Amino acid sequence: MTAPREARHLRDELDFLRSQLLEMAGLAEDLVEMAVAALVANDEEKADAVILGDRELDAMEVEIEDACISLLALHQPVARDLRLITMVMRISNDLERVGDHGVNIAESVRHLDAKPPLHRFPQVEEMARIAQGMLADSLDAFVRRDPELARAVCLRDDRVDGLNDSLFRSLLTHMMEDPRRIGIAMSLILVGRNLERVADLGTNVGEDVYYLVTGTSIKHAQKLGEVGPDHAAGG
Amino acid sequence: MAEQMITRDLKVSFGDHQAVKGVDMEIRPRAVTAIIGPSGCGKTTFLRALNRMHDHTPSARVSGEVLLGDRDIYGDGVDPVELRIRVGMVFQRPNPFPTMSIRDNITFAPKRHGLAKGKALDDLVERVLRQAALWDEVKDRLGASAVGLSGGQQQRLCIARALAVEPRVLLMDEPASALDPTATQRIEDLIYELKKDYTIVIVTHNMQQAARVSDYTAFFYMGLLVEFGETDGLFTNPREERTEAYITGRFG
Repeated sequence: MTAPREARHLRDELDFLRSQLLEMAGLAEDLVEMAVAALVANDEEKADAVILGDRELDAMEVEIEDACISLLALHQPVARDLRLITMVMRISNDLERVGDHGVNIAESVRHLDAKPPLHRFPQVEEMARIAQGMLADSLDAFVRRDPELARAVCLRDDRVDGLNDSLFRSLLTHMMEDPRRIGIAMSLILVGRNLERVADLGTNVGEDVYYLVTGTSIKHAQKLGEVGPDHAAGG
Repeated sequence: MAEQMITRDLKVSFGDHQAVKGVDMEIRPRAVTAIIGPSGCGKTTFLRALNRMHDHTPSARVSGEVLLGDRDIYGDGVDPVELRIRVGMVFQRPNPFPTMSIRDNITFAPKRHGLAKGKALDDLVERVLRQAALWDEVKDRLGASAVGLSGGQQQRLCIARALAVEPRVLLMDEPASALDPTATQRIEDLIYELKKDYTIVIVTHNMQQAARVSDYTAFFYMGLLVEFGETDGLFTNPREERTEAYITGRFG
């Protein structure tokens, strides 16, 4: 333990926890954005910055997890306080994974260099934009305690999956046309896969926020159309 | 205002029975130290030794040192009455002076010790009642009998009364165990506020309460201090098996 813990009121501790999570979410979003920007501009310096930023994100996750465990042990929270602490733990875990996917994308920048160039694939940037928006909106829903916004986020995942399929198909065509491009195309397929995972994690965060606010789980319910009367709204 | 207390090899015996068996402990100022442990572990005996409450028990013997600041409270020339001005005590059951008004409960000790009079006394009454989060509830009936208050209010009055002599240290022996959850919450909030200015030692049967309100926790068992450390560490990863067994309810 680094410094003596100053016993604080649960309310203050929870406020602090919320702000820590938001800070972490901001960084995770930035890393995804930077990774894709590094990819598009073939910017290795930026890619290295993503890898550094991920270490910070990892440290934040550990800090948040420690804080949550202490709060559970010391305050025996119930009801919405309990939901907040457990969901913050889960969300921070997902955000840490988002950072890892950012690093995977950043690392592919090196592989894409010095190969026969491929023209840009708009799907990659579009997927990144949607995935980032999902993260941003889930956290917005967290701040505003808005279950509808949280649920709407989850519905956007399908669009990212569709873009990923489209990316895969067009890269497949390139590979068949020119086997020298198999390496670079495979790298881009993995980039797509990583972005698709970021969107999945955004969905998880949305589900966690929905549970946090309402106390009801919507996990695995989206596709079954079991969520509320207006579930058809987003497809 | 707050002062630290240090015990060195503190032992307390009643006849043949040694209830506290040589405890070394540093109690930090401006922090809450909780003492937990099963019944008969010596925690209340230890607390009472911190302001010489065993002086009145003929069979009791106390040895070792208890330093308040740098002075041994059992040393020569220490007046126990003076000591109890500096080390206040709040008991399990609220014990306001039953024949006195709310106001007189607070002014009794300061008047007797010549600490305040006149307007200063009025200011004192308001200040300590505010500190004890009771002012708004009683300001219009300061002349009313203290026993007309609810249990929780009576306990906050007792805390206000303890604060009226400007103590350095506040000892609390199960201060919320006779109160309902709402009144308990108010006492806990109050402890949280008071630690900014005082050294607080609280004995409690309620481990959750110790975890919620304290910065440091001491676990006593059979007269020994088994473990003492930051509350966070003690409740998430205790060093001693016996502590772990007790706080997880697997004792004996």
